[in-house]
Amino acid sequence: MSTATDTLHHDEHDEHHHHHIPKGIKRWLLTTNHKDIGTLYLWFSFIMFLTGGAMAMIIRAELFQPGLQIVDPNFFNQMTTVHGLIMVFGAVMPAFTGLANWLIPMMIGAPDMALPRMNNWSFWILPFAFLILLSSLFLEGGGPAFGWTFYAPLSTTYSSDSTALFVFSVHIMGISSIMGAINVIVTIWNMRAPGMTWMKMPMFVWTWLITAFLLIAVMPVLAGVVTMVLTDKYFGTSFFNAAGGGDPVMFQHIFWFFGHPEVYIMILPAFGIISHIIPTFARKPLFGYASMVYATASIALLSFIVWAHHMFTTGMPVAAEMFFMFATMLISVPTGVKVFNWVATMWRGSMTFEVPMLFAIAFVVLFTIGGLSGLMLAITPVDFQYHDTYFVVAHFHYVLVTGAIFSIMAAAYYWLPKWTGVMYDNTLAKWHFWASLVSVNVLFFPMHFVGLAGMPRRIPDYALQFADFNKWISIGGFAFGLSQLIFLALLIKACRKKGEPASAQVWEGAEGLEWEIPSPAPYHTFETPPIIK
Amino acid sequence: MNLLTKMFVTIVTMFITLPTLAQSLESEGRSDLNLRSGVTDISSQVYDLHMLMFMVCVGIAVVVFGVMFISMFLHRKSRGAKPANFHESVKVEIAWTVVPFIILILMAFPAAKTLIAMEDTSEADMTVLVTGSQWKWHYKYMDSDVEFYSTLATQQEQIRNKFAKGENYLLEVDRPLVIPTGQKVRFLITSDDVIHSWWVPDFAIKKDANPGFINEAWTNVNEPGVYRGQCAELCGKDHGFMPIVVIAKTPQEYEEWKAEKIAAIETAKAEENRLLAMNMSMDDLMTSGQKVYLAKCAACHMPNGEGLPGVFPAIKGSAVALKDRTGHIDILLNGRTGTAMQAFSKQLTLSEIAAVITYQRNAWGNNTGDIVQASEVHTYANGK
Repeated sequence: MSTATDTLHHDEHDEHHHHHIPKGIKRWLLTTNHKDIGTLYLWFSFIMFLTGGAMAMIIRAELFQPGLQIVDPNFFNQMTTVHGLIMVFGAVMPAFTGLANWLIPMMIGAPDMALPRMNNWSFWILPFAFLILLSSLFLEGGGPAFGWTFYAPLSTTYSSDSTALFVFSVHIMGISSIMGAINVIVTIWNMRAPGMTWMKMPMFVWTWLITAFLLIAVMPVLAGVVTMVLTDKYFGTSFFNAAGGGDPVMFQHIFWFFGHPEVYIMILPAFGIISHIIPTFARKPLFGYASMVYATASIALLSFIVWAHHMFTTGMPVAAEMFFMFATMLISVPTGVKVFNWVATMWRGSMTFEVPMLFAIAFVVLFTIGGLSGLMLAITPVDFQYHDTYFVVAHFHYVLVTGAIFSIMAAAYYWLPKWTGVMYDNTLAKWHFWASLVSVNVLFFPMHFVGLAGMPRRIPDYALQFADFNKWISIGGFAFGLSQLIFLALLIKACRKKGEPASAQVWEGAEGLEWEIPSPAPYHTFETPPIIK
Repeated sequence: MNLLTKMFVTIVTMFITLPTLAQSLESEGRSDLNLRSGVTDISSQVYDLHMLMFMVCVGIAVVVFGVMFISMFLHRKSRGAKPANFHESVKVEIAWTVVPFIILILMAFPAAKTLIAMEDTSEADMTVLVTGSQWKWHYKYMDSDVEFYSTLATQQEQIRNKFAKGENYLLEVDRPLVIPTGQKVRFLITSDDVIHSWWVPDFAIKKDANPGFINEAWTNVNEPGVYRGQCAELCGKDHGFMPIVVIAKTPQEYEEWKAEKIAAIETAKAEENRLLAMNMSMDDLMTSGQKVYLAKCAACHMPNGEGLPGVFPAIKGSAVALKDRTGHIDILLNGRTGTAMQAFSKQLTLSEIAAVITYQRNAWGNNTGDIVQASEVHTYANGK
């Protein structure tokens, strides 16, 4: 962006004067500091990532060979359900909110988020949401077992008594997300440093702004649909019960009207992160900044008119099927533009391959593989064969694990020196990257094959022809899960400030306001706004 | 770093070439890697579309990743590359928006054509009503009285790893659906409880069974054979255990099968009437009741009658099984609305219902000593 050296001195100056950092548990419980809250979000999401990962390991242990060995089918269904819910609402979304908290004020030259007390609240209700959800697993009858998509009437008439807990926990997650989104929008709208016009905003800020609008648009829809599930189950309404004049397919329309934009909520901030990292390590400005912004906005708008591509087999009129097929195919145009822009940014750059860059490159390749299988899934007649098979499981894990989660890891490595003031342990980081890269592909790539060969998703046991690949998938799964412990060790080490001190700029090619303040970033930054030229 | 980059390139290229490898294995007759081209004109069109899409995607991947890896090789700092400073080009940006758009339009035409053909269920030669319920399929031929349930035939011992697993493990049923080849067969698909999905990959049919609504699909099978599929929508605990088997027979063999089936239904009716007049002994009722219980009830209520606490109620020690005799008959016949308990009046014969009620009232320490005969069930069923 531009320089803000003048204000830097003010910041350091202020730091000496006042604002002591509170100590102990009260610091974290009562904090209104965007950096503290960002840290809380990030650690929370990492704990949830490990929890959801443990559940995935149970799933993969059961599927290691045909037959029922370790868990019974009812518990298996609880594992797939809660794994999905935790990874979506507990790992990916809070991680992006954590990054937003840490980075958006530093990137736009604001002293903090616009609504700091609400910020505290939106984080601190989250652990309770997940405590409620996880505690339901220990009740008689077990936790939710109807898939993270909770299709009615499996989630209403036919669900266990813990469904009310599931509904309330989703409500709390939704409230947290909405508050987080409002905070992001208000902050970006009102607190940009003088001179930071819309088209000078860093890409991460842009993508998060658009994401926040998506959140505000669709989280209430999710709240509505879980409430309808609640009243159908406990209060005798018939929203999704044909016998009472309702329609079970209507559930899916409402759910996916939330669910598809939700997919982009989990990937747009990732696009932003990658658009920071690639230019830094290619030492060349982002190619097509303006078209990146427009592409993000188009993806967000299109995300509202493609929801029924999750529902091609529900029996829609052929005209509707064609509309949703064409609309879905259309999304690949702006998404393609983004990928092309990243490649063009690398072209004729001067590249080095530090760990954030390695994750970013892996993101571009593997996310694109997920995007291409998404394009195949858009083709309705063929989707009839792919739908609800492991091909779909492979697709969404490529976009969510090697997409969203790889981008989060890239971000963690990229900004970690700024947060902690020390360089991360490079040896551990490389081990983490290579172990993750290899294992994640052993884990998810063969899923394409078993899916095409006809293995349905969400089954605890399978026909013998799928046995070989499932064994490999499970091995990949365990390896990927264990690889994350390397990341845990690295993070603990970095947080205890063990490592080389990092400079303010950290990376040779890094540009942006956050690189103009010292590392670690002082507790309060930009109390006097920098001037952007 | 040099070595790392090379490793990276190798791994990524491996994953680009793997799908092509998959296709070559497919042409050698391996079907565990790719979609099946199936046995209908539609399914082979779907397969062709799949391969077309797949090749287009591989093509795009090779070009995009190719450019990227060339750049990673050539434009790296360690080779002394100096960064250029360009950051936009209207021409290039328009090109890579318009070209994919054109590719998409070219893909859309064949896709739309196949889709329209798939959804045209008009002028069918015959119709079968397919009804899903937890966790079995029911088939009813609309032009005759032939109807039956089709459930998993794999033994529990195979699933529990006590016996060796058979060739068609989890893909075998007691009574397969039989249809004629060379005729347009229309399926009406619905459900009695939750949403299921009727999927036969070789026909390229996957259609959800929605409770309270009827969906349509059709097929016209070219080759006689046995075609296997599975339920494709999560439908509760035993979702993984409700396979579909369709046998396509030549029209002549199909007619023979159907005649046999109709005759068998007549015999069964006569047998039912004969049994109605007879009183069976406690031992006979218990033996036959246990068989029925394990086949129809044990999936939810568990072989030991204890159910799954909080999900499916226990029968062992329950008030209904110990005291309320007419209530017990009523639940068996009509199910319990608003729960997963199905109505068994059309799934079981009267004597089977009598036997299973007797079994439930006397097994696992439910020692009521009650004997329920088919005639009692018959009277209750008709008295309502």
